[in-house]
Amino acid sequence: MARGTIIIDQDRCKGCGLCPEVCPKQIIVMEETLLNAKGYHPAVLADPDGECTGCAICAVICPDICITVFREIPDKKRAPAPA
Amino acid sequence: MTIQAPEGMELIYSRPESLAEMHTHYCPGCTHGIAHRLLGEALDELGMRERTILVAPVGCSVFAYNYFDTDACEAAHGRAPAMATGVKRTRPDNIVVTYQGDGDLAAIGTAEIIHAAARGEQITTIFINNAIYGMTGGQMAPTTLPGQKTRSSPDGRDVEIAGFPIRMSEVLATLPGAAYIVRRSMHDVKNIRKAKKAIITALKVQEAGLGFSMVELLSSCPTNWGIQPNEALQWIEEHMVPYYPLEDYKVIEAVKNL
Repeated sequence: MARGTIIIDQDRCKGCGLCPEVCPKQIIVMEETLLNAKGYHPAVLADPDGECTGCAICAVICPDICITVFREIPDKKRAPAPA
Repeated sequence: MTIQAPEGMELIYSRPESLAEMHTHYCPGCTHGIAHRLLGEALDELGMRERTILVAPVGCSVFAYNYFDTDACEAAHGRAPAMATGVKRTRPDNIVVTYQGDGDLAAIGTAEIIHAAARGEQITTIFINNAIYGMTGGQMAPTTLPGQKTRSSPDGRDVEIAGFPIRMSEVLATLPGAAYIVRRSMHDVKNIRKAKKAIITALKVQEAGLGFSMVELLSSCPTNWGIQPNEALQWIEEHMVPYYPLEDYKVIEAVKNL
């Protein structure tokens, strides 16, 4: 399982293409066929191998604040299983 | 809008609360969106959202009052520091922030910003410098670089006729009323993070009543520069940063103890 993931708000995205540039794993791509409500080709996460680490670099560069970032809960933070 | 976390994951980053849900009208790749987010995150982190009054400018960011979930008012072109002076003096407990572009702050509003800084008004200014007039269609601004082509300088800015660009941070740093004047850039992730730190410090300066604070942010205008958003960020690094160095121009002693 991936250590992290992102959710891109497709309707908010303006297809500027900055997030694929900065992604260290190169797993964000620009949609080539579908258009969103604004008429742009939005960015999508293409992560079949679960490479996303939830580093949030894409969210830092995104000018339209479309990206929500999640990361795996570390074991030490998880509630202990009931005995 | 809250997004449900996937199974076994925790939220690391989402839209700051200080920004409204409304979609912005900015062009794709415009760094105004990044600047809005940095200010929103700074207000969230300092818990200032409920008592912030934003003074919106004229220019591309004229609708800034729609994009921030704070109180706001709209100033006449260039007069944001004058309006902010009135707001802050009548409501000293509020945090008053002006958000201005280079046409607004460095051209028509030069008198207002210089005198607000000279009086040491307890306000914070976010100054977006993209070396061009964006909203009106890409004309030469006071900050346009020598030789830079714009709609009104198709052969490049001729310094014999138009003079040299104004470095506003350096100008304002000479004034005794200014407490914190720095320039940052938004051309890559590292610099965006530094910019956010500067905005947080500037807001703290206002909270502590130390004087006028301003953060200048080098920004891109892909539409009017006529290049792609990623090329525009490179253009900032290659052309703007050498003329507009990313430095701290004025940090008074009291700021270092914040």
